[in-house]
Amino acid sequence: MDISIYQHIWFFIIGFLLTVYSILDGFDLGIASLMPALAKNEKEQKQVMDSIWPVWDGNEVWLITGGAALFAAFPFAYATVFSGFYLALMLVLFALIFRAVSMEFWYYNETRRKVWAWAFTIGSVLPALLFGVALGNVIYGIPLDLNMNFTGNFFTLLRPFPLVIGLLGLSAILLQGCTWAAYKIEGDVAKRAKSFMNKIIIANAVLFILAIALTIALLPSIVSNVFGWLGALTYAIALSYVHVSNRGNRPFNAFIGSSISFVSLWIMAGAALYPNLVRSTIEAYNLTIFNASSTQLTLKIMFIIALIGMPIVIAYTMYVYKIFKGKIS
Amino acid sequence: MDVVMLSRIQFGLAAGVHFIFPSLTLGLTLLVLLLEYKFYKTNDELFKTVSSFFIKMLGLVFALGVATGIVLEFSFGTNWAEYSRMVGDIFGAPLAAEGIFAFFMESVFLGVLLFGRNKVSKKVYLLSAFLVFFGSHLSGLWIIIANSWMQTPAGFAIEGGRAVLTDFFAAALNPSTLVRYAHVIIAGWISGSLFAAGVAAWYLIKQQHTKEAQTILKTAIIIFCIMSLVQFVSGHIHSVQVTNLQPEKMATFEALWETQKGAPMSIIGIPVESEKKTYFEIKIPKLLSLLAYFDPDAEVKGRDAFPEDELPPVLLPYFSYHIMIGLGSLFALISLIGLFLLLRKKLFDAKWFLYVLVFAIPLPIIANEFGWIAAEVGRQPWAVYKVLKTVDAVSTIVPASHVLLSLIIFSFIYLLLIVLFITILLKIIKKGPQAESY
Repeated sequence: MDISIYQHIWFFIIGFLLTVYSILDGFDLGIASLMPALAKNEKEQKQVMDSIWPVWDGNEVWLITGGAALFAAFPFAYATVFSGFYLALMLVLFALIFRAVSMEFWYYNETRRKVWAWAFTIGSVLPALLFGVALGNVIYGIPLDLNMNFTGNFFTLLRPFPLVIGLLGLSAILLQGCTWAAYKIEGDVAKRAKSFMNKIIIANAVLFILAIALTIALLPSIVSNVFGWLGALTYAIALSYVHVSNRGNRPFNAFIGSSISFVSLWIMAGAALYPNLVRSTIEAYNLTIFNASSTQLTLKIMFIIALIGMPIVIAYTMYVYKIFKGKIS
Repeated sequence: MDVVMLSRIQFGLAAGVHFIFPSLTLGLTLLVLLLEYKFYKTNDELFKTVSSFFIKMLGLVFALGVATGIVLEFSFGTNWAEYSRMVGDIFGAPLAAEGIFAFFMESVFLGVLLFGRNKVSKKVYLLSAFLVFFGSHLSGLWIIIANSWMQTPAGFAIEGGRAVLTDFFAAALNPSTLVRYAHVIIAGWISGSLFAAGVAAWYLIKQQHTKEAQTILKTAIIIFCIMSLVQFVSGHIHSVQVTNLQPEKMATFEALWETQKGAPMSIIGIPVESEKKTYFEIKIPKLLSLLAYFDPDAEVKGRDAFPEDELPPVLLPYFSYHIMIGLGSLFALISLIGLFLLLRKKLFDAKWFLYVLVFAIPLPIIANEFGWIAAEVGRQPWAVYKVLKTVDAVSTIVPASHVLLSLIIFSFIYLLLIVLFITILLKIIKKGPQAESY
């Protein structure tokens, strides 16, 4: 097979890994971000944590694997983005450290539960926001030089378009968390999640429309992409479905709707980027799946590894989710 | 300080702190697997109680391992962008394979161990214990593959200014992978088993949880005794491999300034690099030649055989290497005494020995850290041995001030993590093994 086939395959596999990551870790990050609004006492905080405790670290592995796959398949894109977004990614790391340990510390360090509950929430809000900002930047275009190096600074990353994408990503993650809370937890937490959900749906819709408007205004070249519009259509339907399901008291359906809306966002992001991985403000310096990739042999071996490994991962992950089916009371 | 030094310190800090947790994980997952197997076979609740006790700690250790591990994966891109560009074609694959084959398995089934005791059958629970054990050990293999490739790179060619893969198996099973893997896994088992033995010894001294403590101590001390003796063998094989494939590294470990026949082994001393002399040195004549080549008169290359700009610094690798070996010898001694007491059936009553076990708890971790410092600093000035220098591996666009800032914040965060880790661990230990789990 020609190398470009593998380059395409890896564009899709990484997209797949990040999509599953945002669905699964999305509900972890989302419910943690919403904890101050959902849980009013330590018992309810424990319910929130119990709803994700057995699965959160497995969920985070989708990010770790997605990052490693990007490194292995497109090392030039990995190197450019990670070094270019240095301070922002350090912030993500500090946050992820705290969110990873905060549950254990909350559980055992009873006298400082307030601190660890906030660490849990802030450690989740920050990555939820910054992942989208980073994605918004590589879609919108960042200043790159001839050597694929980022020439902007921290504030370059905070332009309006990436910020809107960041907020859209955050609100999508909040929706994942909110629908998960409504589905997984019984009692007052679920009630609050249900009444809160409409506000988040509205936030999603407003930010989505804003993002579309900005895309039309700022990125005219990608407006004609059919897959992008198909994604937008699915998104609109899925978001409405979340609303209808919530009103009809079917929290699991709402969660599925929210997950599909997230998939749609990734389809749009993929359509907006393809075949680029990192758009440059100077088009000639774009990092694409062609100029940023590893060699054919590496891509091929990695593909075999993924082909053997991923179906097994998906099978036992589904099995373990089944084990922990049922509501937290 | 320049950006290279700051980036090295930050990576060293991040990897050094991280390394505490996976090595404990290796040992604890082995212990849990053995205890679960005994519970499955005998149906004796005692094993279940003890196993649940260690699973609780494993949960804490693992959470810290994840928190500190993700930093490393990001670091190759954030701080070592040129490295990633130069060797990403080879180095990224084992990291991705680790995720796909091992880390998913470890994380997902640890969830079952921590929260699924009453939700799955005994068989599935035992299987989960096995998969967590297997996943963590497989995970270690991929990481060691990646790291060993930096030590003894193979299976690649330089094309268009970057290293490209030519033979996957040659790269993965490069000349140092297997011996380094064995060395690290055994080190993990020593760390975990001595940790468990120390905790049990503490209960026996305090006369608490006596039955549980005896069960733990018996299992743990057997693992510890065998492994600390086996580690001598693996350490020896590893040293021979380093002497052959990275001779300047061994010359540095031993502060062997000049190439010589019948080279001595340095036991202790103060090497001064600028004077190329070792002060107050105690050495055993011809031992280095004998150990490296099975010939007391064989020639061993000294530091003078290599260009100055391809030599590692002496002081840190020398002391790290010797502290590691010193501690390893101490473990062997503790093992022999432990075995003797076990056979004489006096293990549970020899109070002085129980105290030794308690105070020895942190020592394997310290030995691991120094072993790793010796291996990594001993590879300098190379990031990838003879392929890419560390100064050429750093991100060119990240200013030193940014790295300094992140380094300061990391230092505070890691200090906090370690303090809390120890505090909570002590809390769990104080509570002791109990019939229920959280």
